[in-house]
Amino acid sequence: MKLLTLNFLSCAVKTCKTSPLSFPLHPKDAELAKDDVEPNPDLLTNILPRLDWSALRTTAAELGFPDLPETAPSPEELVEGGKTVQDLHELLMETQIVEGKLVCGCCGHEYAVREGIANFLLPSHLV
Amino acid sequence: MTSLPSSSAAPAVAKLTAAAAADPAAEAEADAYERTHVHGVYQAIASHFSATRHKPWPGVASFLQAQHPASIGLDVGCGNGKYLGVSPSVFMLGSDRSSALVALARSRTAHPDEPATPQGAIKTRGEAATTGAAAPATATPTADTNANAPAQGGRSSTSDVLVADGLSLPFRNEGVDFAICVAVIHHLSTRARRQDAIRQLLRCVKTREAASGHVLVYVWALEQGNSRRGWEEGGEQDLLVPWVLKSQTRTPKTKAPRGPKTSKDTPSGGEPPSPTASADAAGAGGVGQPDPVFKRFYHLYRQGELEEDRDNWWVVAANDAPISRREK
Ligand SMILES: [Zn+2]
Repeated sequence: MKLLTLNFLSCAVKTCKTSPLSFPLHPKDAELAKDDVEPNPDLLTNILPRLDWSALRTTAAELGFPDLPETAPSPEELVEGGKTVQDLHELLMETQIVEGKLVCGCCGHEYAVREGIANFLLPSHLV
Repeated sequence: MTSLPSSSAAPAVAKLTAAAAADPAAEAEADAYERTHVHGVYQAIASHFSATRHKPWPGVASFLQAQHPASIGLDVGCGNGKYLGVSPSVFMLGSDRSSALVALARSRTAHPDEPATPQGAIKTRGEAATTGAAAPATATPTADTNANAPAQGGRSSTSDVLVADGLSLPFRNEGVDFAICVAVIHHLSTRARRQDAIRQLLRCVKTREAASGHVLVYVWALEQGNSRRGWEEGGEQDLLVPWVLKSQTRTPKTKAPRGPKTSKDTPSGGEPPSPTASADAAGAGGVGQPDPVFKRFYHLYRQGELEEDRDNWWVVAANDAPISRREK
Protein backbone atom coordinates (compact mmCIF):
# COMPACT_ATOMS: atom_id res chain seq x y z
CA MET A 1 0.00 0.00 0.00
CA LYS A 2 1.31 3.38 -1.02
CA LEU A 3 1.75 6.20 1.48
CA LEU A 4 -0.40 8.27 -0.85
CA THR A 5 -3.25 5.87 -0.17
CA LEU A 6 -2.77 6.12 3.57
CA ASN A 7 -3.49 9.85 3.28
CA PHE A 8 -7.04 9.02 2.20
CA LEU A 9 -7.79 6.39 4.81
CA SER A 10 -9.44 6.67 8.17
CA CYS A 11 -10.83 4.08 10.55
CA ALA A 12 -13.60 1.92 9.05
CA VAL A 13 -15.61 1.99 12.26
CA LYS A 14 -18.56 4.32 11.73
CA THR A 15 -18.46 5.92 15.14
CA CYS A 16 -14.80 6.85 14.61
CA LYS A 17 -15.50 8.88 11.47
CA THR A 18 -16.42 11.99 13.40
CA SER A 19 -13.31 11.87 15.55
CA PRO A 20 -10.19 13.66 14.33
CA LEU A 21 -8.24 10.91 16.06
CA SER A 22 -9.28 8.40 13.41
CA PHE A 23 -7.14 10.10 10.77
CA PRO A 24 -4.46 9.48 9.81
CA LEU A 25 -4.09 5.86 10.80
CA HIS A 26 -0.80 5.12 12.52
CA PRO A 27 1.57 2.55 11.05
CA LYS A 28 2.85 -0.01 13.51
CA ASP A 29 5.60 -2.57 12.95
CA ALA A 30 5.61 -1.38 9.38
CA GLU A 31 7.86 -3.05 6.88
CA LEU A 32 8.47 -0.73 3.96
CA ALA A 33 9.53 -1.37 0.41
CA LYS A 34 10.39 0.95 -2.40
CA ASP A 35 8.92 0.26 -5.80
CA ASP A 36 10.24 1.52 -9.03
CA VAL A 37 7.46 3.70 -10.35
CA GLU A 38 7.62 5.84 -13.45
CA PRO A 39 7.56 9.49 -12.33
CA ASN A 40 4.45 11.41 -13.24
CA PRO A 41 5.03 15.04 -12.21
CA ASP A 42 1.66 16.23 -13.55
CA LEU A 43 -0.21 13.72 -11.49
CA LEU A 44 1.84 14.61 -8.45
CA THR A 45 1.26 18.33 -8.89
CA ASN A 46 -2.46 17.85 -9.21
CA ILE A 47 -2.70 15.45 -6.32
CA LEU A 48 -0.91 17.81 -3.96
CA PRO A 49 -3.93 20.03 -3.19
CA ARG A 50 -5.94 16.87 -2.43
CA LEU A 51 -3.53 15.69 0.21
CA ASP A 52 -3.97 16.39 3.86
CA TRP A 53 -0.47 17.78 4.28
CA SER A 54 -0.42 17.76 8.03
CA ALA A 55 -1.45 14.09 8.06
CA LEU A 56 1.29 13.34 5.57
CA ARG A 57 3.83 15.03 7.85
CA THR A 58 2.61 12.88 10.72
CA THR A 59 2.90 9.72 8.63
CA ALA A 60 6.37 10.59 7.36
CA ALA A 61 7.57 11.33 10.88
CA GLU A 62 6.10 8.12 12.27
CA LEU A 63 7.86 6.10 9.60
CA GLY A 64 11.17 7.80 10.25
CA PHE A 65 11.42 9.87 7.10
CA PRO A 66 13.11 13.28 7.22
CA ASP A 67 10.78 16.05 8.38
CA LEU A 68 8.56 17.50 5.73
CA PRO A 69 8.14 21.28 5.56
CA GLU A 70 5.26 22.69 7.55
CA THR A 71 3.32 23.67 4.50
CA ALA A 72 2.89 21.88 1.20
CA PRO A 73 5.23 23.01 -1.55
CA SER A 74 3.82 25.54 -3.97
CA PRO A 75 3.36 24.67 -7.62
CA GLU A 76 6.42 26.81 -8.40
CA GLU A 77 8.55 24.62 -6.18
CA LEU A 78 7.47 21.55 -8.05
CA VAL A 79 9.66 22.07 -11.05
CA GLU A 80 10.11 19.00 -13.12
CA GLY A 81 13.26 17.15 -12.28
CA GLY A 82 13.65 19.14 -9.07
CA LYS A 83 14.43 17.61 -5.74
CA THR A 84 11.04 18.35 -4.21
CA VAL A 85 9.21 16.48 -6.95
CA GLN A 86 11.60 13.59 -6.69
CA ASP A 87 11.25 13.39 -2.90
CA LEU A 88 7.48 13.51 -3.02
CA HIS A 89 7.38 10.94 -5.78
CA GLU A 90 9.47 8.57 -3.72
CA LEU A 91 7.46 9.17 -0.59
CA LEU A 92 3.94 9.03 -2.02
CA MET A 93 4.19 6.79 -5.06
CA GLU A 94 7.12 4.48 -4.53
CA THR A 95 7.08 3.80 -0.81
CA GLN A 96 4.90 0.84 0.07
CA ILE A 97 3.84 -0.56 3.40
CA VAL A 98 4.11 -4.26 2.66
CA GLU A 99 3.63 -5.72 6.12
CA GLY A 100 2.48 -4.37 9.44
CA LYS A 101 -0.53 -2.75 11.02
CA LEU A 102 -2.49 0.46 10.79
CA VAL A 103 -3.84 1.64 14.11
CA CYS A 104 -6.82 3.90 14.74
CA GLY A 105 -6.04 6.62 17.25
CA CYS A 106 -9.68 6.74 18.28
CA CYS A 107 -10.76 3.16 18.94
CA GLY A 108 -7.36 1.51 18.90
CA HIS A 109 -8.35 -1.10 16.34
CA GLU A 110 -5.43 -2.49 14.34
CA TYR A 111 -5.83 -3.24 10.66
CA ALA A 112 -3.41 -5.73 9.20
CA VAL A 113 -1.34 -5.09 6.10
CA ARG A 114 -0.10 -8.24 4.41
CA GLU A 115 1.72 -8.53 1.13
CA GLY A 116 1.02 -4.88 0.50
CA ILE A 117 -2.74 -5.17 0.98
CA ALA A 118 -4.46 -3.56 3.93
CA ASN A 119 -7.53 -5.33 5.25
CA PHE A 120 -10.31 -3.17 6.70
CA LEU A 121 -12.90 -5.85 7.34
CA LEU A 122 -14.18 -5.42 10.86
CA PRO A 123 -14.93 -8.03 13.49
CA SER A 124 -18.69 -8.23 14.01
CA HIS A 125 -18.66 -6.34 17.31
CA LEU A 126 -17.25 -3.26 15.57
CA VAL A 127 -19.56 -3.22 12.53
CA MET B 1 -22.75 -19.83 -18.08
CA THR B 2 -26.11 -18.70 -17.08
CA SER B 3 -28.88 -20.95 -18.14
CA LEU B 4 -29.45 -22.65 -14.83
CA PRO B 5 -32.62 -21.18 -13.39
CA SER B 6 -32.45 -18.55 -10.70
CA SER B 7 -34.26 -19.31 -7.50
CA SER B 8 -36.23 -17.01 -5.27
CA ALA B 9 -34.57 -15.30 -2.35
CA ALA B 10 -37.73 -13.45 -1.40
CA PRO B 11 -38.56 -15.43 1.75
CA ALA B 12 -35.03 -14.99 3.04
CA VAL B 13 -35.09 -11.26 2.33
CA ALA B 14 -38.48 -10.85 3.99
CA LYS B 15 -37.12 -12.55 7.07
CA LEU B 16 -33.98 -10.39 7.15
CA THR B 17 -35.93 -7.19 6.65
CA ALA B 18 -38.42 -8.05 9.36
CA ALA B 19 -35.65 -9.02 11.75
CA ALA B 20 -33.81 -5.76 11.13
CA ALA B 21 -36.97 -3.74 11.62
CA ALA B 22 -37.61 -5.40 14.95
CA ASP B 23 -34.06 -5.11 16.19
CA PRO B 24 -31.26 -3.11 14.60
CA ALA B 25 -28.78 -5.59 15.99
CA ALA B 26 -30.25 -8.17 13.64
CA GLU B 27 -28.18 -6.48 10.96
CA ALA B 28 -25.75 -9.27 11.68
CA GLU B 29 -28.18 -11.72 10.11
CA ALA B 30 -28.21 -9.85 6.82
CA ASP B 31 -24.45 -9.67 7.01
CA ALA B 32 -24.24 -13.41 7.53
CA TYR B 33 -26.63 -14.04 4.67
CA GLU B 34 -24.45 -11.99 2.32
CA ARG B 35 -21.38 -13.74 3.60
CA THR B 36 -22.87 -17.00 2.42
CA HIS B 37 -24.53 -15.87 -0.77
CA VAL B 38 -22.16 -13.15 -1.95
CA HIS B 39 -18.77 -12.91 -0.26
CA GLY B 40 -18.21 -16.62 0.13
CA VAL B 41 -19.14 -17.17 -3.48
CA TYR B 42 -16.75 -14.54 -4.79
CA GLN B 43 -13.93 -15.87 -2.66
CA ALA B 44 -14.54 -19.31 -4.13
CA ILE B 45 -14.99 -18.31 -7.73
CA ALA B 46 -12.51 -15.40 -7.77
CA SER B 47 -10.07 -16.62 -10.36
CA HIS B 48 -12.74 -18.05 -12.65
CA PHE B 49 -14.80 -14.90 -12.26
CA SER B 50 -11.78 -12.74 -12.92
CA ALA B 51 -10.89 -14.68 -16.04
CA THR B 52 -14.25 -13.70 -17.48
CA ARG B 53 -13.99 -10.05 -16.50
CA HIS B 54 -11.55 -8.14 -18.61
CA LYS B 55 -13.37 -5.56 -20.65
CA PRO B 56 -14.60 -2.44 -18.96
CA TRP B 57 -18.19 -1.54 -19.67
CA PRO B 58 -18.10 1.37 -22.08
CA GLY B 59 -20.39 3.53 -19.95
CA VAL B 60 -18.08 3.20 -16.99
CA ALA B 61 -14.94 3.68 -19.07
CA SER B 62 -16.21 6.89 -20.58
CA PHE B 63 -17.18 8.17 -17.15
CA LEU B 64 -13.63 7.51 -15.95
CA GLN B 65 -12.05 9.06 -18.99
CA ALA B 66 -14.18 12.17 -18.56
CA GLN B 67 -12.85 12.82 -15.06
CA HIS B 68 -10.54 15.73 -14.52
CA PRO B 69 -6.93 14.68 -15.06
CA ALA B 70 -5.12 13.81 -11.86
CA SER B 71 -8.26 13.61 -9.83
CA ILE B 72 -8.56 10.84 -7.28
CA GLY B 73 -11.35 8.29 -7.47
CA LEU B 74 -12.68 5.28 -5.64
CA ASP B 75 -13.75 2.01 -7.18
CA VAL B 76 -15.85 0.36 -4.49
CA GLY B 77 -16.24 -3.31 -5.31
CA CYS B 78 -13.34 -3.16 -7.72
CA GLY B 79 -13.24 -6.92 -8.22
CA ASN B 80 -10.19 -7.86 -10.25
CA GLY B 81 -9.42 -4.21 -10.84
CA LYS B 82 -10.47 -3.95 -14.44
CA TYR B 83 -11.38 -0.27 -14.07
CA LEU B 84 -8.28 0.80 -12.19
CA GLY B 85 -6.17 1.43 -15.25
CA VAL B 86 -8.83 2.66 -17.64
CA SER B 87 -7.80 6.27 -17.27
CA PRO B 88 -4.09 6.56 -16.51
CA SER B 89 -4.44 10.26 -15.78
CA VAL B 90 -6.47 9.69 -12.60
CA PHE B 91 -5.42 7.96 -9.41
CA MET B 92 -7.79 5.14 -8.44
CA LEU B 93 -8.24 3.59 -5.03
CA GLY B 94 -9.94 0.24 -5.38
CA SER B 95 -11.61 -1.69 -2.59
CA ASP B 96 -13.38 -5.00 -2.52
CA ARG B 97 -14.90 -7.26 0.12
CA SER B 98 -13.12 -10.25 -1.38
CA SER B 99 -9.45 -10.53 -0.47
CA ALA B 100 -9.05 -13.08 -3.27
CA LEU B 101 -10.23 -10.56 -5.85
CA VAL B 102 -8.14 -7.76 -4.36
CA ALA B 103 -5.05 -9.95 -4.59
CA LEU B 104 -5.85 -10.52 -8.25
CA ALA B 105 -6.36 -6.79 -8.76
CA ARG B 106 -3.02 -6.04 -7.17
CA SER B 107 -1.10 -8.46 -9.32
CA ARG B 108 -3.01 -7.27 -12.35
CA THR B 109 -2.18 -3.61 -11.81
CA ALA B 110 1.39 -4.55 -11.08
CA HIS B 111 1.67 -6.36 -14.37
CA PRO B 112 -0.52 -4.48 -16.80
CA ASP B 113 0.96 -6.28 -19.76
CA GLU B 114 -0.55 -9.58 -18.79
CA PRO B 115 -3.08 -10.81 -21.26
CA ALA B 116 -6.62 -9.63 -21.28
CA THR B 117 -8.15 -11.72 -23.94
CA PRO B 118 -11.88 -11.96 -23.77
CA GLN B 119 -13.61 -13.19 -26.83
CA GLY B 120 -15.40 -10.51 -28.70
CA ALA B 121 -16.58 -7.22 -27.41
CA ILE B 122 -18.82 -6.74 -24.46
CA LYS B 123 -21.68 -4.55 -25.34
CA THR B 124 -23.98 -2.72 -23.07
CA ARG B 125 -27.63 -2.54 -23.69
CA GLY B 126 -30.03 0.27 -23.03
CA GLU B 127 -27.40 2.69 -21.86
CA ALA B 128 -29.05 5.00 -19.38
CA ALA B 129 -26.12 7.13 -18.38
CA THR B 130 -26.92 10.58 -17.14
CA THR B 131 -23.63 11.80 -15.93
CA GLY B 132 -23.82 15.53 -16.04
CA ALA B 133 -20.62 17.03 -17.27
CA ALA B 134 -19.03 13.65 -17.49
CA ALA B 135 -19.47 10.79 -19.88
CA PRO B 136 -19.99 11.83 -23.44
CA ALA B 137 -22.93 10.14 -25.05
CA THR B 138 -20.71 8.16 -27.32
CA ALA B 139 -19.22 5.45 -25.23
CA THR B 140 -15.62 4.86 -25.98
CA PRO B 141 -14.59 1.32 -26.66
CA THR B 142 -11.71 0.44 -24.43
CA ALA B 143 -10.05 -2.46 -26.08
CA ASP B 144 -6.75 -0.71 -25.61
CA THR B 145 -7.12 -0.34 -21.88
CA ASN B 146 -4.09 -2.38 -21.11
CA ALA B 147 -2.03 -0.50 -23.61
CA ASN B 148 -2.84 2.61 -21.62
CA ALA B 149 -1.85 1.15 -18.33
CA PRO B 150 1.26 2.75 -16.95
CA ALA B 151 4.22 1.40 -15.08
CA GLN B 152 6.46 -0.85 -16.99
CA GLY B 153 8.04 -3.29 -14.66
CA GLY B 154 7.10 -1.49 -11.48
CA ARG B 155 3.75 -1.19 -9.82
CA SER B 156 1.12 0.98 -11.31
CA SER B 157 1.65 4.55 -10.32
CA THR B 158 -2.02 5.29 -10.68
CA SER B 159 -3.87 2.83 -8.48
CA ASP B 160 -3.83 1.05 -5.18
CA VAL B 161 -6.12 -1.59 -3.71
CA LEU B 162 -7.34 -2.72 -0.31
CA VAL B 163 -9.88 -5.02 1.30
CA ALA B 164 -12.96 -3.33 2.75
CA ASP B 165 -16.68 -3.75 3.19
CA GLY B 166 -18.80 -1.30 1.21
CA LEU B 167 -20.87 -0.59 4.31
CA SER B 168 -17.78 0.21 6.41
CA LEU B 169 -15.50 2.00 4.01
CA PRO B 170 -12.18 3.20 5.45
CA PHE B 171 -11.94 6.32 3.31
CA ARG B 172 -11.95 9.69 5.02
CA ASN B 173 -14.88 12.03 4.51
CA GLU B 174 -14.96 14.01 1.29
CA GLY B 175 -11.44 12.98 0.44
CA VAL B 176 -11.78 11.97 -3.19
CA ASP B 177 -13.13 13.56 -6.34
CA PHE B 178 -15.40 10.82 -7.57
CA ALA B 179 -16.44 7.21 -7.02
CA ILE B 180 -17.69 4.34 -9.08
CA CYS B 181 -19.54 1.31 -7.82
CA VAL B 182 -20.27 -1.13 -10.58
CA ALA B 183 -22.44 -4.20 -10.19
CA VAL B 184 -22.06 -4.25 -6.43
CA ILE B 185 -24.99 -2.73 -4.58
CA HIS B 186 -27.46 -5.26 -5.97
CA HIS B 187 -25.66 -7.87 -3.86
CA LEU B 188 -26.90 -6.31 -0.62
CA SER B 189 -29.88 -8.13 0.75
CA THR B 190 -32.07 -5.41 2.27
CA ARG B 191 -33.10 -2.03 1.03
CA ALA B 192 -31.76 -0.33 4.14
CA ARG B 193 -28.33 -1.77 3.41
CA ARG B 194 -28.45 -0.77 -0.24
CA GLN B 195 -29.33 2.78 0.73
CA ASP B 196 -26.58 2.79 3.31
CA ALA B 197 -24.07 1.67 0.69
CA ILE B 198 -25.00 4.66 -1.47
CA ARG B 199 -24.71 6.99 1.52
CA GLN B 200 -21.23 5.60 2.15
CA LEU B 201 -20.16 6.40 -1.39
CA LEU B 202 -21.48 9.93 -1.11
CA ARG B 203 -19.71 10.46 2.19
CA CYS B 204 -16.35 9.82 0.56
CA VAL B 205 -16.54 12.29 -2.32
CA LYS B 206 -15.94 16.00 -2.28
CA THR B 207 -18.97 18.23 -2.44
CA ARG B 208 -17.44 21.62 -2.93
CA GLU B 209 -15.90 21.52 -6.33
CA ALA B 210 -18.32 21.67 -9.18
CA ALA B 211 -16.15 19.48 -11.33
CA SER B 212 -16.12 16.62 -8.88
CA GLY B 213 -18.33 14.79 -6.47
CA HIS B 214 -19.76 12.43 -9.03
CA VAL B 215 -20.74 8.95 -8.05
CA LEU B 216 -21.49 6.39 -10.72
CA VAL B 217 -23.58 3.44 -9.66
CA TYR B 218 -24.47 0.51 -11.88
CA VAL B 219 -26.88 -2.20 -10.82
CA TRP B 220 -28.61 -5.06 -12.54
CA ALA B 221 -32.03 -4.27 -13.88
CA LEU B 222 -35.20 -6.21 -13.47
CA GLU B 223 -36.61 -5.18 -16.81
CA GLN B 224 -34.75 -7.21 -19.35
CA GLY B 225 -37.26 -8.17 -21.94
CA ASN B 226 -34.89 -10.22 -24.03
CA SER B 227 -33.03 -11.84 -21.18
CA ARG B 228 -32.70 -15.57 -21.42
CA ARG B 229 -33.52 -15.63 -17.75
CA GLY B 230 -36.88 -14.13 -18.39
CA TRP B 231 -36.48 -11.23 -16.02
CA GLU B 232 -39.08 -8.63 -16.71
CA GLU B 233 -41.23 -5.92 -15.24
CA GLY B 234 -43.32 -7.11 -12.32
CA GLY B 235 -41.11 -10.13 -11.77
CA GLU B 236 -39.44 -11.15 -8.61
CA GLN B 237 -36.58 -8.89 -7.55
CA ASP B 238 -34.73 -10.91 -4.94
CA LEU B 239 -33.06 -13.90 -6.49
CA LEU B 240 -30.30 -16.42 -6.13
CA VAL B 241 -28.48 -16.59 -9.43
CA PRO B 242 -26.30 -19.59 -10.12
CA TRP B 243 -22.65 -19.42 -11.07
CA VAL B 244 -21.18 -22.60 -12.47
CA LEU B 245 -17.57 -22.81 -11.45
CA LYS B 246 -15.90 -24.22 -14.49
CA SER B 247 -13.07 -26.53 -13.72
CA GLN B 248 -9.76 -24.81 -14.27
CA THR B 249 -8.10 -27.99 -15.40
CA ARG B 250 -10.42 -28.81 -18.24
CA THR B 251 -10.93 -26.94 -21.43
CA PRO B 252 -14.30 -25.26 -21.38
CA LYS B 253 -16.95 -27.24 -23.11
CA THR B 254 -19.18 -25.53 -25.56
CA LYS B 255 -21.58 -26.91 -28.05
CA ALA B 256 -20.10 -24.84 -30.79
CA PRO B 257 -17.54 -26.63 -32.90
CA ARG B 258 -14.00 -25.36 -32.62
CA GLY B 259 -12.94 -23.75 -35.80
CA PRO B 260 -12.74 -20.52 -37.61
CA LYS B 261 -16.39 -19.78 -37.27
CA THR B 262 -16.90 -19.73 -33.54
CA SER B 263 -17.51 -16.83 -31.32
CA LYS B 264 -15.46 -14.32 -33.22
CA ASP B 265 -18.10 -14.17 -35.88
CA THR B 266 -21.02 -13.89 -33.57
CA PRO B 267 -22.01 -10.46 -32.43
CA SER B 268 -22.07 -11.33 -28.79
CA GLY B 269 -18.63 -12.80 -28.51
CA GLY B 270 -18.23 -13.93 -24.96
CA GLU B 271 -21.69 -15.33 -24.69
CA PRO B 272 -22.08 -19.06 -24.48
CA PRO B 273 -23.25 -20.37 -27.81
CA SER B 274 -26.37 -22.01 -26.50
CA PRO B 275 -28.22 -22.47 -23.27
CA THR B 276 -27.59 -26.19 -23.30
CA ALA B 277 -23.88 -25.62 -23.08
CA SER B 278 -24.04 -24.68 -19.45
CA ALA B 279 -26.26 -27.58 -18.53
CA ASP B 280 -23.51 -29.67 -20.00
CA ALA B 281 -20.92 -27.79 -18.02
CA ALA B 282 -22.95 -28.20 -14.89
CA GLY B 283 -22.03 -31.79 -14.66
CA ALA B 284 -23.58 -33.95 -17.33
CA GLY B 285 -20.41 -33.92 -19.32
CA GLY B 286 -18.27 -36.85 -18.54
CA VAL B 287 -14.89 -35.90 -17.17
CA GLY B 288 -14.36 -35.99 -13.43
CA GLN B 289 -16.51 -34.22 -10.90
CA PRO B 290 -19.41 -32.03 -11.87
CA ASP B 291 -18.61 -28.36 -11.84
CA PRO B 292 -19.83 -26.86 -8.58
CA VAL B 293 -22.65 -24.37 -8.72
CA PHE B 294 -22.63 -21.32 -6.45
CA LYS B 295 -25.72 -19.24 -5.84
CA ARG B 296 -25.19 -15.53 -5.63
CA PHE B 297 -27.77 -13.21 -4.16
CA TYR B 298 -29.06 -10.42 -6.40
CA HIS B 299 -31.60 -7.70 -5.89
CA LEU B 300 -32.75 -6.68 -9.37
CA TYR B 301 -33.63 -3.02 -9.43
CA ARG B 302 -36.94 -2.09 -10.98
CA GLN B 303 -37.11 1.04 -13.04
CA GLY B 304 -36.98 4.16 -10.87
CA GLU B 305 -35.92 2.34 -7.73
CA LEU B 306 -32.31 3.45 -7.81
CA GLU B 307 -33.38 7.08 -8.11
CA GLU B 308 -35.61 6.63 -5.08
CA ASP B 309 -32.68 5.31 -3.11
CA ARG B 310 -30.37 8.16 -3.87
CA ASP B 311 -29.82 11.31 -1.93
CA ASN B 312 -29.98 14.52 -3.87
CA TRP B 313 -27.37 15.39 -6.38
CA TRP B 314 -25.39 12.43 -7.30
CA VAL B 315 -25.06 10.93 -10.69
CA VAL B 316 -26.41 7.62 -11.75
CA ALA B 317 -26.06 5.54 -14.78
CA ALA B 318 -28.51 2.91 -13.79
CA ASN B 319 -30.34 -0.09 -15.02
CA ASP B 320 -27.91 -1.17 -17.58
CA ALA B 321 -27.69 -4.87 -17.45
CA PRO B 322 -26.40 -6.84 -20.37
CA ILE B 323 -26.52 -9.97 -18.32
CA SER B 324 -26.58 -12.50 -21.08
CA ARG B 325 -23.65 -10.74 -22.65
CA ARG B 326 -21.54 -10.47 -19.58
CA GLU B 327 -22.02 -13.79 -17.98
CA LYS B 328 -19.90 -16.54 -19.25
ZN1 LIG C 1 -11.42 3.54 15.02
